[in-house]
Amino acid sequence: MRYALLALALAPVLAVGMVARAQVANKQSFEVIQHGRYMATAADCTACHTAPGGRPFAGGGALETPFGALLAPNITPDVQTGIGGWTDDEFVGAVRDGIGHGGIHLYPAMPYTYYTQLTRADVLAIRAYLATVQPVRNLVIANQLPFPFNQRESMVGWNELFFKPGEFKPDPGKSAEWNRGAYLVEGAEHCGLCHTPKNVMGGDENGQANQGSVLQSWYAPNLTGNSHVGLGDWSVDDIMLYLKTGRNRFVIASGPMADAVTHSTSHLTDVDLRAIAVYLKSLPPGGGTLPQPISAEDPKMQHGGAIYYNQCAACHGAEGQGIVGLFPRLAGVPVVQQQQATSLIRVVLEGSRAVATAGAPTGPAMPSFDWGLSDDDVAALLTYIRNAWGNAAPGVQPRDVGSMRAALHREAQQSP
Amino acid sequence: MATKLPPTDVVTIGLGWTGSMVAKSMTDAGLRVVSIERGPWRDTATDFPPSYSPDELRYAVRLDLFVRPAQSTLTFRNKSDQTALPIREWGAFLLPNGVGGAGVHWNGQIWRFLPTDFVLKTHLTQRYGAKFLPEHTTIQDWGVTYDELEPHFDTFEYLCGTSGTAGNLKGQIQPSGNPFEGPRSRPYPTPAQKQPYGQMLWAEAAKDMGYQPFPQPSGNLSQAYTNPDGVTMGPCTFCGFCERFGCGNYSKASPQTTILPVLMRRDNFEARTECEVTRINLDSTGKRATGVTYVDSQGHEWEQPAEMVFLCAFQMFNMQLLLLSGIGQPYDPRTGEGVIGRNFSYQTTSNVQGFFDNKIFNTFIASGAGGMVVDDYNGDNFDHGPHGFVGGGYIAMAQTNARPIETTPTPAGTPQWGAAWKKAVKDNYLSTIIPIVHGSCYSYRDNYLDLDPTYKDRFGRPLMRLTFDFHENELKMSRTLTDKLAEIVQRMGPREIVKLPRTGPFNIVPYQTTHTCGGAVMGADPKTSALNRYLQSWDVHNLFVMGATAFPQNAGYNPTGTIGALTYWSLDAIHKQYLKSPGALVHA
Repeated sequence: MRYALLALALAPVLAVGMVARAQVANKQSFEVIQHGRYMATAADCTACHTAPGGRPFAGGGALETPFGALLAPNITPDVQTGIGGWTDDEFVGAVRDGIGHGGIHLYPAMPYTYYTQLTRADVLAIRAYLATVQPVRNLVIANQLPFPFNQRESMVGWNELFFKPGEFKPDPGKSAEWNRGAYLVEGAEHCGLCHTPKNVMGGDENGQANQGSVLQSWYAPNLTGNSHVGLGDWSVDDIMLYLKTGRNRFVIASGPMADAVTHSTSHLTDVDLRAIAVYLKSLPPGGGTLPQPISAEDPKMQHGGAIYYNQCAACHGAEGQGIVGLFPRLAGVPVVQQQQATSLIRVVLEGSRAVATAGAPTGPAMPSFDWGLSDDDVAALLTYIRNAWGNAAPGVQPRDVGSMRAALHREAQQSP
Repeated sequence: MATKLPPTDVVTIGLGWTGSMVAKSMTDAGLRVVSIERGPWRDTATDFPPSYSPDELRYAVRLDLFVRPAQSTLTFRNKSDQTALPIREWGAFLLPNGVGGAGVHWNGQIWRFLPTDFVLKTHLTQRYGAKFLPEHTTIQDWGVTYDELEPHFDTFEYLCGTSGTAGNLKGQIQPSGNPFEGPRSRPYPTPAQKQPYGQMLWAEAAKDMGYQPFPQPSGNLSQAYTNPDGVTMGPCTFCGFCERFGCGNYSKASPQTTILPVLMRRDNFEARTECEVTRINLDSTGKRATGVTYVDSQGHEWEQPAEMVFLCAFQMFNMQLLLLSGIGQPYDPRTGEGVIGRNFSYQTTSNVQGFFDNKIFNTFIASGAGGMVVDDYNGDNFDHGPHGFVGGGYIAMAQTNARPIETTPTPAGTPQWGAAWKKAVKDNYLSTIIPIVHGSCYSYRDNYLDLDPTYKDRFGRPLMRLTFDFHENELKMSRTLTDKLAEIVQRMGPREIVKLPRTGPFNIVPYQTTHTCGGAVMGADPKTSALNRYLQSWDVHNLFVMGATAFPQNAGYNPTGTIGALTYWSLDAIHKQYLKSPGALVHA
């Protein structure tokens, strides 16, 4: 009762205050902050800026790049170690142009190459939201790269070669839904950061957008309309269900995509998910033509088939049919037939836990087979899976299994 | 000295089947729940993946998933004039440990007890007269009826995705199910499992003899299923590694495959594993629980205050905690007074081995809860008048496995070792079936639980003492039903039959079943029950005791389905009454 009286007493003051502030800035507006929270989720800021087990947005998480390690900075409002002392223009510059506080050049592990498409209003809304999170004093030295990559000035030249700055321009010939989808896919969600092949300098390969790429020992699959390796056979509803729940009739998300579903896509509105799906479905098929399957008589296929029926069929089914929402389908699905088998090798060796979401809470997992299958076994098994039941994809070489195995063992020894 | 923790709303002691159900239900109500589990965290892919879970030596022989006697055990004797000794190696029953409890390593049978089982004493007395009951029996009614439990049986069956064929839909007897079962409000969520060859032949023989064989209701699913909470299970692959094993295929109903994925996402839930509760704490009046004391794996002692305490450990450990915490009056077998430790019961199992010449059964193709069943001799489904005993059981070709180390049936007269034994094992392995009798065990004045005067556990607390023997009523039932089973096997045309009815005295060494029941039973009268009809302690109103601990006597079925129904029945009353107005739900 006392609180109610207090609230009544303050109400006129608050109302007057709100009116007055709205005329100069709207950073405290409920709508702006909640919009910023939504856009920060769409941009998946937390994926890098919240370290595993760390405080939200306090930074410190390691980002492995082919050039060395970077640590994600602290973006809480702490004045000394976060972004509390930045001006709005500095924040917008960092997000959209890759030029941070004090004029330093950011590395494109911060996907300004995608965020450049965001509107200034959306970026300022993210800023308004970040101003409301708990400030954390956590000094992060982001640049852990070795010489010469630690020379930030080198990014001036890189940007000239690979960075096309500029806000998203809607295509008036397309629907509002398509344009919203394009804005989210090419901007906030920065899908191409993983799904577009990179050149030796780490820039996007021109003309191969969203055709699949290897990143951190995972293969991010083709997202184009290619029906063999891309989303050609997926419906708009399939894509929406996948992004919302982490699963559909073809696959269950695991690895880095599980994180993207958990932190970002599962929280988007159905309207936005549909827009994303409509846009992705409009991408023309890319990424090569249908290869010839390897003959079932091939000794590797025979070897791999025997292992499959012994070790895999109990869950994935005798015909690779899987169980929706539990055991991924292997027959006729793009993720199995990508150009490179990187993710498949990794999952067989290391095991994998599928994403769990409110809509699909099961979160099933596959065990590790590292201890029981040799390099030859895994290569034959995956060659079989990639060429059985109508599948067709290049065979898998034992040396690729061996190097992945060595890399995973190194990673396991390094992790605490 | 215990470190006192901030209070919580609800503590569950144990995170097995009932602990998971309670935690899910209480977090649904917005309460903060802490589950304190003695054993380790366990999950499918990390703890029993299909790549190595079918390891008979590790799990079935060395009992990897069970509690180690060095951590917790009990003492045993047949009669109260004997001296009990500690069980140092598990035998007749295998007690669980760890997240998921016995729900991890059970076979998966999901039965409903018969309507008459819940009003047993009243029913038998009405039909046969009080003098027909065995001497010294302490059987009694449950204080709850089948009709009251029906919606809660249904909830548990749909949680688990149970595969079966209904025998009685809303009073209409169905052609292929169990014609003796109580009426069910809707069919099983998934169709019955397919049956292997031996099961089919046995069922044909039973049908020829006028019985009505039906598929056993199974928690090993016939097809993929997503339960009402959105958790998905896969179909059983008939690998035959169910009991004593975790299921690597997400096909066996367990807390891991039905509840925990939802529960673990909740911010108002916390599980503390490898933490053993040593005491339920009471306030100065002794009428209210204030929380629990537990010891973590570093040996540190903690006190967790709570508004409500749910005792959700396995039956034996529930009983030990009640006795050690001084809750309720301990049972005295000389006077028959007291309720804590009273009415311990078990299960009367037996089997028949059928050796065949011209049949290959491949019995290793098996599901732990598959099988064809005849229920004509269960409960009071038949006239006991001519037989001179009460109780019964199901008879079934429900062979759960033929794992190679332990499945070595040989005909009578075979040497026990050497070349001749090896040859007999080889000759008979594929062409032998071992159907079973799964019989009731009623309660008696001299079967009970109390604290051992001599032996202590690792904390210096007295061990619990089990005093138990079979009575002639159960042994007579076992002989009769084993003969009935042998008649069916005989009709299949075997070369030879070996009948193995249960014989006395009860032997703690060979494995029989882990269906230990009772000790703190439910009922309508606080003089003969520890819990009221809602599983609430008569003495301590904010203590609820889940599980088979509450069974006044054991019926001829596997207990888990009835445990699930009782748990949801209790939770329903807690939601509707207790949370609004905490206090006794029944006034004696």
